[in-house]
Amino acid sequence: MFEIFWSLIVEQGWGLALLRGAFVTICIGVLGMVIGLIAAVPFAIARWQRVPVLSQVVDVYSIVVRGVPGLLVIYLLFFGSVDWVQKVAVAFGYRDVAESAYPSIIGILAIAAISCAYSVEVMRGALEAVPKGLLEAAKSLALPPHVAFFRITLPLALRLALGGINNVWQMTIKDTSLVSIVGMQELMRMAVIAAGITRSPLLFYCIAACLFFAMTAVSQTLFGLGERHINRGFSGG
Amino acid sequence: MDFTIVAYAIPFLLTGAKTTLLISMFGVGLGLPLGILVALARTSRNRLVCKAADAYCAVFRGTPMLVQIFVIYYGLGQVGLFRSNPVIWWLIGDGLHAAILAVLLNTGAYTAEIFRTAFLSLPRGLIEAAQSCGMSPWIILRRIKFPLALRQALPSYSSEVAIIVKESSLASTIAVLEITGWAKRLMSETFAIMDIFIITSVFYLTLNVVGLTALKLLERQLWFERRLTRTKATSPCPS
Repeated sequence: MFEIFWSLIVEQGWGLALLRGAFVTICIGVLGMVIGLIAAVPFAIARWQRVPVLSQVVDVYSIVVRGVPGLLVIYLLFFGSVDWVQKVAVAFGYRDVAESAYPSIIGILAIAAISCAYSVEVMRGALEAVPKGLLEAAKSLALPPHVAFFRITLPLALRLALGGINNVWQMTIKDTSLVSIVGMQELMRMAVIAAGITRSPLLFYCIAACLFFAMTAVSQTLFGLGERHINRGFSGG
Repeated sequence: MDFTIVAYAIPFLLTGAKTTLLISMFGVGLGLPLGILVALARTSRNRLVCKAADAYCAVFRGTPMLVQIFVIYYGLGQVGLFRSNPVIWWLIGDGLHAAILAVLLNTGAYTAEIFRTAFLSLPRGLIEAAQSCGMSPWIILRRIKFPLALRQALPSYSSEVAIIVKESSLASTIAVLEITGWAKRLMSETFAIMDIFIITSVFYLTLNVVGLTALKLLERQLWFERRLTRTKATSPCPS
């Protein structure tokens, strides 16, 4: 039994392939999360300040994306974009590049779109939780609005948002497994390929599960440390 | 939006909605008791039970649902022992059953987490009072702990219900045609990606709104009861 596993994982090189897949998964997760967070900050500010049209648009976006399964969002982005990506690529003469890079780019964008919808809610909640008195104090010191925002509101809001961002990240890294359905070569896809070729699905899906588990466990610990660091000086916080 | 496509898609999506509803019903109906049981196990004094329940929660919360559904559907079928056992084979041999089992185990772990925090947040004094009245542990659980924990847990549990509805979409990856599975098929059939997406989202949002409203009503019911008992118990003159 053990020898079969050894030959599958080491001698046939599937272990390395899965590790490479895990690396791709981490890249997709981190990129998707970062892009989502960067997009979420202005959206959250729009909702916090109740900017007339934008705030409603962001609201609808966030409700729809949080209300439907991630798989459906990924299908929308993949199938919906095939046509015009092809057109753009042909028009600019980058057909080969587009065909090879296309799944990764859309995959990252899909993950970003999902995580952004959740991050918007987290950031908005955090912005609203910043005490009003501090903002009034900043105003009374005649701080320009952008200085008040970047020096007072944002640092405080980020501290409050960290717990929520941790949750969004845990969800995002698990959601990356969904882009395997549309053929991106990440951990889950590698496991599917390996399971198909070697005909031992139990082994490879369990390895994939272990790798995912390791990722979530490690990032959970890191977030715990970060939280302790960012909460220093806040008693009981 | 093209209305012929809408008219074409809706019957298919309705049959898919039945499957989604079926999976979600099992997820809520069996996942809630499972979650409560696991939460009790996690707060129990027995080290072994406690550790086992902790491990179950950590594994199912730490890995993607897609991996779990693949392990259950493709992986477990590889083990000869499971294949020869008719009960287990009935559970994992059929796509729909495997999807229900995966959703059930997944939501059980998350629900356990919700109820564990709810059980931990109960005031000690109440339980000590119940013990000093000579209530047996089972009665304490049934009459004191559970009603209070349910009230605490219900807001978080309602978002878990919305998650169950969404997670049931992964059944489409093992060829169970529920809403998302039909949506994918319709998308590749009609090429009206955006139209299908909008109709499908309406289906999901309706399911979620119905579920959330039902739970909100239940929540209000429970709080109302509490307000009544409180006015009866504490204020001598009802306002």
